[in-house]
Amino acid sequence: MVDHSAVGRRLTPVTAHIEPGRLRFFRETLGETNPVYNEASAAQAAGYAATPVPPTYLFCLEMMDAEQAFEFLDVIGADLAQVLHGEQRFTYLAPVMVGDTLRFEPRIAGITDKKGGAMTLAVVETKVTNQHGVHVADCARTVVVLNKVAA
Amino acid sequence: MSETRPLAVGDRIVHKSFPPISRHKLALYCGASGDHNPIHIDLDFAKAAGYPDVFAHGMLVMACLGQALTDAVPPPRLRSFATRFVAITQLGARLTCEGHVAELVEHNGERCAKLALTTKDENGDIKLSGEAVIAM
Repeated sequence: MVDHSAVGRRLTPVTAHIEPGRLRFFRETLGETNPVYNEASAAQAAGYAATPVPPTYLFCLEMMDAEQAFEFLDVIGADLAQVLHGEQRFTYLAPVMVGDTLRFEPRIAGITDKKGGAMTLAVVETKVTNQHGVHVADCARTVVVLNKVAA
Repeated sequence: MSETRPLAVGDRIVHKSFPPISRHKLALYCGASGDHNPIHIDLDFAKAAGYPDVFAHGMLVMACLGQALTDAVPPPRLRSFATRFVAITQLGARLTCEGHVAELVEHNGERCAKLALTTKDENGDIKLSGEAVIAM
């Protein structure tokens, strides 16, 4: 069962550097051809100092550079085979670009049982700041844990 | 996004279709995203977990929706982007992402539009439902 006492627990912070090669791999995988993400001149014309990242890439950076990508599962006491992604939210506060070094500070924000305990929703909220200490984004993911209920 | 007139409620501004999701795509996304959960690429693991086959990462599907969104809206105008993963996206799914202006809102003192977003497969089944707030 999910450990409800994990609410409020802070997970290990993650420091991620936005590298152009890794970002290109992501763009190519998604078939991302938007000039603003591919050409420095288009990024500058849109008001960016450097190439920005696509809107979901923050989620990737946090996982990519975590020492333990699924640390939150250990903390709440769930297994990778029994979870699904339920919801995801990004709030954008300042530009995030190639060359930035971001710090992700995740915490377990909530754990709620649903459907008589058949599933549990766990929310991880992450504050993201850049190398200048600017708060650039907030991320929140809701993970659905499918509990093994006795037949 | 058209600059000739301001956005109005009901304007359908996001529309993009994607090629079928292949096993190769899931493998590439595993590496490119840093999400190494084997349930998306390892058939043995997926079956042991009770699934008939591997299936797409929710975040791969959200990345498609994000791409459709920023094709229509200049990225600097994006204030927030959120989705609910309504159903598992199966291999071979051909996704279509759509969005329309649901509401004009004031957000932190800024005039914004709230977009209602969906991602559906080729059968019209909703996979993702979400919203974005964009500055006008």
